[in-house]
Amino acid sequence: MPSALPDGEPVPADGALPASALAGAADRPLGFYLHVPYCATRCGYCDFNTYTATELRGTGGVLASRDNYAETLTDEIRLARKVLGDDPREVRTVFVGGGTPTLLAAGDLVRMLHAIRDEFGLAADAEITTEANPESVDPAYLATLREGGFNRISFGMQSARQHVLKVLDRTHTPGRPERCVAQARAAGFEHINLDLIYGTPGESDDDWRASLDAALGAGPDHVSAYALIVEEGTQLARRIRRGEIPMTDDDVHADRYLIAEETLSAAGFDWYEVSNWATSEAGRCLHNELYWRGADWWGAGPGAHSHVGGVRWWNVKHPGAYAAALAAGRSPGAGREILSDEDRRVERILLELRLREGVPLSLLREDGLAASRRALSEGLLQEGAYEAGSAVLTLRGRLLADAVVRDLVD
Amino acid sequence: MPATPSHVPEPSRTDPALIRNFCIIAHIDHGKSTLADRMLQLTGVVEQRQMRAQYLDRMDIERERGITIKSQAVRLPWAPTHDKGNTHILNMIDTPGHVDFTYEVSRSLAACEGTILLVDAAQGIEAQTLANLYLAMENDLTIIPVLNKIDLPAAQPEKFAEELANLIGCDPGDVLKVSAKTGLGVEALLDKVVEQIPAPVGVKDAPARAMIFDSVYDSYRGVVTYVRVIDGQLNKRERIRMMSTGATHELLEIGTNSPEMLPADGLGVGEVGYLITGVKDVRQSKVGDTVTSQSKGAEEALGGYKDPKPMVFSGLYPLDGSDYPELREALDKLQLNDAALVYEPETSAALGFGFRVGFLGLLHLDVIRERLEREFGLDLIATAPNVVYRVIMEDGTEHTVTNPSEFPEGKIQEVYEPVVRATILAPTEFIGAIMELCQTRRGTLLGMDYLSEDRVEIRYTLPLAEIVFDFFDQLKSKTRGYASLDYEPTGEQSSSLVKVDILLHGDKVDAFSAITHKDQAYAYGVRLVAKLKELIPRQNFEVPVQAAIGSRVIARETIRAIRKDVLAKCYGGDISRKRKLLEKQKEGKKRMKMVGSVEVPQEAFIAVLSSDDSAGSGKGKK
Repeated sequence: MPSALPDGEPVPADGALPASALAGAADRPLGFYLHVPYCATRCGYCDFNTYTATELRGTGGVLASRDNYAETLTDEIRLARKVLGDDPREVRTVFVGGGTPTLLAAGDLVRMLHAIRDEFGLAADAEITTEANPESVDPAYLATLREGGFNRISFGMQSARQHVLKVLDRTHTPGRPERCVAQARAAGFEHINLDLIYGTPGESDDDWRASLDAALGAGPDHVSAYALIVEEGTQLARRIRRGEIPMTDDDVHADRYLIAEETLSAAGFDWYEVSNWATSEAGRCLHNELYWRGADWWGAGPGAHSHVGGVRWWNVKHPGAYAAALAAGRSPGAGREILSDEDRRVERILLELRLREGVPLSLLREDGLAASRRALSEGLLQEGAYEAGSAVLTLRGRLLADAVVRDLVD
Repeated sequence: MPATPSHVPEPSRTDPALIRNFCIIAHIDHGKSTLADRMLQLTGVVEQRQMRAQYLDRMDIERERGITIKSQAVRLPWAPTHDKGNTHILNMIDTPGHVDFTYEVSRSLAACEGTILLVDAAQGIEAQTLANLYLAMENDLTIIPVLNKIDLPAAQPEKFAEELANLIGCDPGDVLKVSAKTGLGVEALLDKVVEQIPAPVGVKDAPARAMIFDSVYDSYRGVVTYVRVIDGQLNKRERIRMMSTGATHELLEIGTNSPEMLPADGLGVGEVGYLITGVKDVRQSKVGDTVTSQSKGAEEALGGYKDPKPMVFSGLYPLDGSDYPELREALDKLQLNDAALVYEPETSAALGFGFRVGFLGLLHLDVIRERLEREFGLDLIATAPNVVYRVIMEDGTEHTVTNPSEFPEGKIQEVYEPVVRATILAPTEFIGAIMELCQTRRGTLLGMDYLSEDRVEIRYTLPLAEIVFDFFDQLKSKTRGYASLDYEPTGEQSSSLVKVDILLHGDKVDAFSAITHKDQAYAYGVRLVAKLKELIPRQNFEVPVQAAIGSRVIARETIRAIRKDVLAKCYGGDISRKRKLLEKQKEGKKRMKMVGSVEVPQEAFIAVLSSDDSAGSGKGKK
């Protein structure tokens, strides 16, 4: 069961945005997220919007299949062009995620990218990323992507330990992601990320260190490390509820996070977001920074979320329903919310506090400021940054970011 | 089909020789209400089509729990089978069936000359029935033993007839066998009432004296007072006087119930009926008081009047502090109908504004709390129930403590606590378990009697505080539900009692203070501290949870500081979800109570406090 969509108001059939959303757009970067809702198998911990069937039928018999998925998605890119009208912006980032994008032919991913290029134009220094499954790429595949314009790739490595991968239902063999990194380098990718998961039931501190060491040994310029979240409705949640596997304690998560920080910083990585580290400014994921800094992006594909100028909307989740809407010339949007000024202030605090640059204190109200002083005295915020006018989390503060946010938004 | 008898004597003009005043003593579920219903039908007072199961139980809560709290009286005309031309008046007085209402029961009994002892033929007599039976015997009431539910396959009429015969000293053959459900044997029972129960005796020409045995607030009529006339006559429109207070009222209406109210000219010797005076508060019309005429009234009141005395106290607080005025209003309304309910405002540092409320016992507490929640829509936190302590200081000053957090500091010479005489009936196989339980609850064995070969009556003196604290549930679980319990206050005793305080991060939580015997203080402290550790979420700092007697810490746990409170991922699709989650968490934070610097969820208060008052739920039920 994929995770639930939020409640919201309906999206107009033509997908039109209120005028307010487009005001001042030229000053904000624009990105594209392309969702590929297919996987070979569903992993036990995953609650993303993804399907293992290759063909899914929507209303009116419209077929959403893996084979024609690039065309279906292209329809939405064209819809985006219409909705954004004469918006002159070139696209700064494209990120293909899933699901498993690399279950599609490399040529399909390139065609989707070219549809964006043809409709909007790509900035000269655009960051073009795809997620990749270590089991479904080879040098030829990577070469096709690189030649088609992709310059960043993100591999789902998760762990270097077989027994940990097994709990996560990951099918790749240890060592495989590291070889993929070498192949990607050889193919000419400038930026390479490895995704890691810590705190999987059965994982030890040493297992986690081994995963970090293996990842670093492969030489990526970016590492994402996530505490395992047991989402309601997943296979993993059921197994834990039945007592088949133990739930990992939050304190263990905290310990593993500290190990990650220590190991990664010793290897020359700096955190720039709570769960993300990079070797340089250039190694940061620009696309994700769009999310965290309130920029505009269009999310295309079933269940994808978009944000343009204070309007957030999300597409229907089922690939069949998605394809049917586009085939009928309608927006696949399932719902949207138009953010109030206060919503936007709260979002800025909750997102920007997760970043190395932190939240400008000018964003806080009286109670929030008082709370920030308490957080400072409790060692959750950095003193130097605070004096310079920003709330920036300390290492301990990063682990308690949500608690700090709850106080700062007052 | 029942036929209404001819020549039914009218109120105020009924020859006392034709009157029979009786009540029914029975345990809950033994079929009292069903029997009453059947009698209403057979005497033609209520027609079949109007019949509603258990006609006399008015309140929903009572109906649901199958218990009767407020008694009423019904005037039933009955022509005995062997003497059809001679219609008698049977006044059936409904008695409350619970341990908390012993005094009300005693007044109902005092209004009667006889009683039907109704016992389930499949279960035998229960402790509360036995206690009320003893009360009836003390009042010299004629007792008609009856086994009910003889149509049940599990019925053992011979065995329990023997038991009843032993108890009241009759022949097992004298025990009537009925099925209230089918009506079998009920006519014979009505005949027996006429035959065996003495007619009331009183002085016709003396100044009027009527005893109040119940008093009910009705939102349309004001207070309806139920009386039994002992001497003289009360007439409509005269002025009457309440002898305990001297207050006078105009008699707006006088009458009898059949079972609806039916105005009459008056009530004469031996008659039972109702009075309406327009007073709005049952405390102006107290159970046990004597009513007389204002002019040429009686000099001397009837004996046996007592003021109701609260035995158990609990703090009631609205979950939402802004509901405090509603809570006050609701208590005011309930008090109109409940002379035993007392309360005064109280402030708790942990729970805010509320009331310290006094009750007759645990069931009374339960019923009131449930009515507040159900009828008035209030969400409440109730502190663990406690009894009243009398504390004598070394300098001779005395304190009455109804709230443990007000237990005095300083040099204490003596602490007195209320004690009760408890009667437990159970199968003999549980004697050991019961004695062990009573021993750990500081009980003193008073005696033990065999009711039959395999059933025993055990009597103990126990501190009321021990009964209030989870005793009934323990008794039930140790006897697989077979034991029944009754108790009555018998006085007080000096005990080694201490106050245990609970401290969170060094701050006292007044709502958790408890008075316990010094030998039990440690166990209480350890248990509560462990429970709080489990219930209070980790804070940004380490929180010690301590139990202390004065400044001496007797138990300690530590709630470790929270180290991780951050969502790992926050990407495009997570943002709306995350903002909504934040809004929800902010709401949750508002529902936290601050104890010093520690945020305590209300659920923690409810969980800790409700575990202690579980003794109340199920009380009185089989």
